[in-house]
Amino acid sequence: MSAAATSTTSKMAAEPAGGSLRFYGVWLLGIIVLIVLPMIFSSGGSLTSFSLIGIAIVFALSYNILLGQTGLLSFGHAVHYGLGGFAACHMMNAVVSHKWPIPLPFIPLFGGIGGLLFAMIIGWVMTKRAGTVFAMISLGIGELVASSSLILRSVFGGESGITTDRTALPKLLGWSFGPQLQVYYLIAFWLVLSAIAMYALTRTPLGRICNAVRDNPERVQFIGYDPHVVRYIAFCFAGFFAGIAGGLAAINFEIANSAYLGAIQSGLVLFSTFIGGTAFFFGPILGAILVTYLQLGLTNLTTAWQLYFGIIFIGIVMYSPGGIAGLLMMHRPLIRAGTLWTVIPSYLVAVVPTVALACGVILTIETVARFSGGDPINLFGIAFNANSPVTWFTAAILVVGGFFVARLAWRRIAEAWDRAATVARDRGYLA
Amino acid sequence: MLELIVISTLNGVLFGMLLFLLSSGLTVIFSMMGVLNFAHASFYMLGAFFGFQLTKWIGFWPALVLAPLLVGAIGMAVERYGLRNTHKHGHVAELLLTFGLAFAIEEIVSMIWGKSPVDYRVPALLDFPAFTIFSTNYPAFKIFMLAVSVVIFVALLIVLKRTRVGLIVQAALTHPHMVGHLGHNVGRVFMAVFGVGSALAALAGVIAGPALVTQSDMAASLGPILFVVIVFGGLGSLPGAFIASLVIGLVQTFAVALDGSLASAFGPLDPSAGPSVLTDIWNVTIAQVAPIVPYLLLVIILIVRPMGLMGTRES
Repeated sequence: MSAAATSTTSKMAAEPAGGSLRFYGVWLLGIIVLIVLPMIFSSGGSLTSFSLIGIAIVFALSYNILLGQTGLLSFGHAVHYGLGGFAACHMMNAVVSHKWPIPLPFIPLFGGIGGLLFAMIIGWVMTKRAGTVFAMISLGIGELVASSSLILRSVFGGESGITTDRTALPKLLGWSFGPQLQVYYLIAFWLVLSAIAMYALTRTPLGRICNAVRDNPERVQFIGYDPHVVRYIAFCFAGFFAGIAGGLAAINFEIANSAYLGAIQSGLVLFSTFIGGTAFFFGPILGAILVTYLQLGLTNLTTAWQLYFGIIFIGIVMYSPGGIAGLLMMHRPLIRAGTLWTVIPSYLVAVVPTVALACGVILTIETVARFSGGDPINLFGIAFNANSPVTWFTAAILVVGGFFVARLAWRRIAEAWDRAATVARDRGYLA
Repeated sequence: MLELIVISTLNGVLFGMLLFLLSSGLTVIFSMMGVLNFAHASFYMLGAFFGFQLTKWIGFWPALVLAPLLVGAIGMAVERYGLRNTHKHGHVAELLLTFGLAFAIEEIVSMIWGKSPVDYRVPALLDFPAFTIFSTNYPAFKIFMLAVSVVIFVALLIVLKRTRVGLIVQAALTHPHMVGHLGHNVGRVFMAVFGVGSALAALAGVIAGPALVTQSDMAASLGPILFVVIVFGGLGSLPGAFIASLVIGLVQTFAVALDGSLASAFGPLDPSAGPSVLTDIWNVTIAQVAPIVPYLLLVIILIVRPMGLMGTRES
């Protein structure tokens, strides 16, 4: 964590005022992409995927306020997401039945308030302690809320949940929000708004003191801040934005049920954030895109898709705790120093055994998954029968051979990278 | 009523002892390495499934020995090749590694044995009622479970308090560097403790499997309760874990057995008020609340005594 922390601060400090054009350019580019995306991929399926990815990004960014910024590992973040969803659903139904003049685009705000309220109530006790204890408490609270939601039927609707109708709300500028396209733009709007707000939060004194609490709470106490209060405020912010994500989900699905609050949802957001990388603001965005995309894509291909998540996650934790963003940003000094080209050949060499290893693992998993019946395995167009020894043999060779060759190849990469980084450091670009 | 109290006490102590088999390993591993092993309940599940499979192949009694050994070996491998390499990235990374492992193990188990419960039966030798009280037959297998847990508990106590190995383990809990300087291989001690902890969890799985349900979600449903137990008892405190295991075991067993609700105690609410949160709370039975009781206890202990029952340190 500490290495990641220094890289964040150095990144922030290294940005001079002249870089502001580039800085705003990135944001503008993001907004333009969000606007243009549905015009290029206009099919219903891709619109649904984009909407889900947008919600996942808001959710993952809100989680990173806790994990990346304040160093609080939560196993129950979906509680705020779910409660935000329920709050939004109830609000939508109330707007319809009382004929309040509140159009749909304002509804996620109420979701956010729902998440925030719960965070304010429970957060004070939870954030008394950080680290492992906080992780366990968040898990317990998550279970508590998820189980209670099945008991309090009048609020949470029991097993079936609470349904709503987004088109029944007052129209805004003639938009009924019936078509998925309009919902997509609503989600994109809130995505941009929340992303800007959360990025701004990282640049405020509060955001910086959160980083300090993450890295060294004792020193924070010495300079006169109470780490408990800082953690509490960060927790409230995270709860608010998670609630917004939940509200968006409620609008998108027109339902809120207990699955929103559950451990699976909490696990998914942890996966997306950590796989993406917690040390950089864009990490959770990458992670949310990847995880949601994989989730949507893999469920059609294999029954064991959750296992692949687990394996990717374990791989990231063990070999690249900075996540994908950390891996990418590792290369920045090399690019600046112009030494990246010395590393690329060893990357190309390593691709072959790594892909072989991955294929072997996939083949093994699918063999086990389909051993007692199921379709034949289709790996890049080659069909494998799960019950034939040929398949087992191939899988074993790929896994064992791939592992040993890949280990050699990755060692070479590390050496090449070290050489390139040394050169870069000599030229004045800090890794 | 008396029948209910006697039977529930027996069952509660039994469940508590099972919880202690799990939480003892978890809390010792935690205080030694600072790692909360998220996959601990998964080792329990692996124990149950290995027990089931080995019982099918070679019978229950060899399985009772073999399954914990196998899982213990897996646990040692996890410590040696996983946690030790992740240690340099800090405790959060270690915790996340075990979280990912728990996730993966659940998927692997449901891939191999399916998502529905497997038919893990009580061995024929113990399939008879041990005694009858108030017309309830108490199964001999449960007495066997209780006996195994108590024997393990006593053995653990003797090893930790009365042997040289226990001395080294206890010293490594608080002063790992000093123990290392005195010429002991602390890494190996950690690995052994992790292995023994996993094996104990697996043993709990083998003996709990036939009595409870052996299913691929058993780890996910037991894991959070386990964490409640060790937070409730005070992190790193073995006596605390023991007391908390018994308390949670008894409380949950009694809650499941009781059928009362506020409505049955104080009479039903005025029906004209319509459904609300109040009516939900008023009409819910204690048995329905049972799953959330441990978490309520957690919240209460956090407010009243944040370091847990027997805990000494704040974090």
